[in-house]
Amino acid sequence: MNNTLAVLASGEASPGEVVQATGTFALIVALIAIPAAGAVLLLLAGRRANRWGHLLGTAIVLAAFAVACVLFVALLAQPEDARTINQYLWDWIDVGTFQAPFALQLDPLSMVFVLLITGVGSLIHIYSISYMEHDPERRKFFAYLNLFIAAMLLLVLANNYLLLYVGWEGVGLASYLLIGFWFHKPSAATAAKKAFVVNRVGDFGLSLAIMMMFATLGTFTFEGVNATVGQADSTMVTWIGLALLLAACGKSAQFPLQSWLLDAMEGPTPVSALIHAATMVTAGVYLIVRSAEIFNLSETARLAVVIVGTITLLMGAVIGSAKDDIKKGLAGSTMSQIGYMFLAAGLGPVGYVFAIFHLLTHGIFKALLFLSAGSVMHGMDDEVNMRHYGALRKAMMVTWAVFGIGYLSIIGVPPFAGFWSKDEIIHAAWAEHPIAGFAALVGAGVTAFYMTRMMAMTFYGKARWDDGVHPHESPAVMTIPMIILALGSAVAGYLMLYTANIEEWLAPVTGYEEVDGIATPVMIAMTLTVVVVGVVIGWRQYAMREVPRVAPTQVSALTVAARHDLYGDAVNEALFMRPGQHLTRTLVWTDNKIVDGAVNGTAAGIGGLSARMRRWQTGYVRSYALTMLLGVVVLGAVLALGVLL
Amino acid sequence: MNPTNYLVLSAILFSIGAAGVLVRRNAIVVFMCVELMLNASNLAFVTFARTNGTLDGQVVAFFVMVVAAAEVVIGLAIIVTIFRTRNSASVDEPNLLKL
Repeated sequence: MNNTLAVLASGEASPGEVVQATGTFALIVALIAIPAAGAVLLLLAGRRANRWGHLLGTAIVLAAFAVACVLFVALLAQPEDARTINQYLWDWIDVGTFQAPFALQLDPLSMVFVLLITGVGSLIHIYSISYMEHDPERRKFFAYLNLFIAAMLLLVLANNYLLLYVGWEGVGLASYLLIGFWFHKPSAATAAKKAFVVNRVGDFGLSLAIMMMFATLGTFTFEGVNATVGQADSTMVTWIGLALLLAACGKSAQFPLQSWLLDAMEGPTPVSALIHAATMVTAGVYLIVRSAEIFNLSETARLAVVIVGTITLLMGAVIGSAKDDIKKGLAGSTMSQIGYMFLAAGLGPVGYVFAIFHLLTHGIFKALLFLSAGSVMHGMDDEVNMRHYGALRKAMMVTWAVFGIGYLSIIGVPPFAGFWSKDEIIHAAWAEHPIAGFAALVGAGVTAFYMTRMMAMTFYGKARWDDGVHPHESPAVMTIPMIILALGSAVAGYLMLYTANIEEWLAPVTGYEEVDGIATPVMIAMTLTVVVVGVVIGWRQYAMREVPRVAPTQVSALTVAARHDLYGDAVNEALFMRPGQHLTRTLVWTDNKIVDGAVNGTAAGIGGLSARMRRWQTGYVRSYALTMLLGVVVLGAVLALGVLL
Repeated sequence: MNPTNYLVLSAILFSIGAAGVLVRRNAIVVFMCVELMLNASNLAFVTFARTNGTLDGQVVAFFVMVVAAAEVVIGLAIIVTIFRTRNSASVDEPNLLKL
């Protein structure tokens, strides 16, 4: 154990000193233990907990949030170079040189994630109390949510990649359980399986990366990797980076593993808000930023990240522009925004900070947008088709107002949160990779278009409601979390950038370099122009004209493609599913005809042979005697020949 | 005295015995033929013992006689039992072991 600690503590290239957790910091483990205990309790208590399960689940996340706040204050009190706190718990795997401690690490990067997960998580738990009120399985829902919170916190608090992998799989499991929460719907059950299978491809990348790390560096703790990766073979480092990128693509629904996220919207809306918008899907960004030392050393891996991010941000935006299902529209938008984060992370030290910054603001405003969408659905009898909305502004004033704030934030109108973070990314991208920067700028315009479309179709225009639908505002238990998130969406960006100085806060972990590109005012003017163009087009198309109740079929090829998720599923089916099916059919045929054929043929041959040999047993003593005599004669002849020759 | 004559006699007796075992159907006769073959081999053993001037062959002849006596006891008992149940001493009748 002491050796492990010595290794952990001696990371030379690590930013600042690693401090062992004492005093307040002993609470780090409580962050994970509390929600895990909640999940276990709620699952084991069974139906007895139905009356109070949701309250316990919410209280537990609030408690975790309180612990997170205490830790945040304590971390602020630490000197700037001593903000990496390690908490060693026990030796998890200790075989020869293969040592995996069960140890946690709290540093400024983990801290912001912990605050986001527990903070937004608490609000979404509160919201769910009312949203899931009429679901008979509400207790189980909260148990799964607590399980998710515990796994996600383990993911961001692990101090080595193997333990991170445990959290990584844990959130995958929680995501699977929650997407398929209404598993009696075949579409939800299929979507859950799809998410699980696609994620498995990414997880394969992560396990490869960990294996390569151990093979080349002999360690997989963050400290150890950061300290030794500089001396490693550069080709190997690139491969590790690419494997990590594959992992990140799976979890964050980036091209080419993007197909599961849109289907994941089959889950309850709070799940979409918490897991598939604010926290879990951004774990890929966390992984890349956490592995900054690896990506810093490999130009190729970083370029791959930029390409993936750029493609996905455009794909997501295009898909979001054509979806009539409000949640799928938001899911496309999530893909697109995470594409921005990938793009930023791929830029290297100039971008890591802004990737995380955008992740945080996005976590707040996208959770808000999803919760608002859930509130709209709640008032519209679970209708998700925006063509059946319209004119909801009067019926749902609060939802309209908070959705409006989220809208202004995501399209990047100053001074709302999204403006600060997205603008920094476009600025940095423009300076480093002009093509990606241009794509990001176009993406900002498309974002403005699809969000305006969503806003107009839902809250403006004429009412296109189904008969018998009486839209009404959601209860306060739902609106209050939305209002808090709206406040966050309004001011968090400015506060984090200027009051809290997020670059300085994260720099010790991720590194930070100023980028010198186009002057900021010019950049802002360009971005805002593009945004205004997007808004105007969207408004003219969907607020000033009549929106048909049935989606028009005479549309451009791009719209058709976008409605089909840009044929992501078709590509998967053509490239993997059908060849896979052919392969399995061939294998089954080989197994039946050739392997089984050989075995069955041998058995049949022996059976036939013995049936024939059985005839020799006549039962006549004299024929046996004759056989014996012949045998003796043959033996005698052989012996005689042997003697003679 | 030429030992070859004894050996030829032994061979003739053995062949008669063997042929009897193969062609006769009556269990008693088959049995007697077996005895004949045993005695033919005894004669050969004694002849060889005489030729080589050792006692080994004669000792073996005694063993064969003892075994033959024991065999007669068991064999006759079996034949009698079979005759009692099947009313026949033919060796072709008891073929129940055939599948």
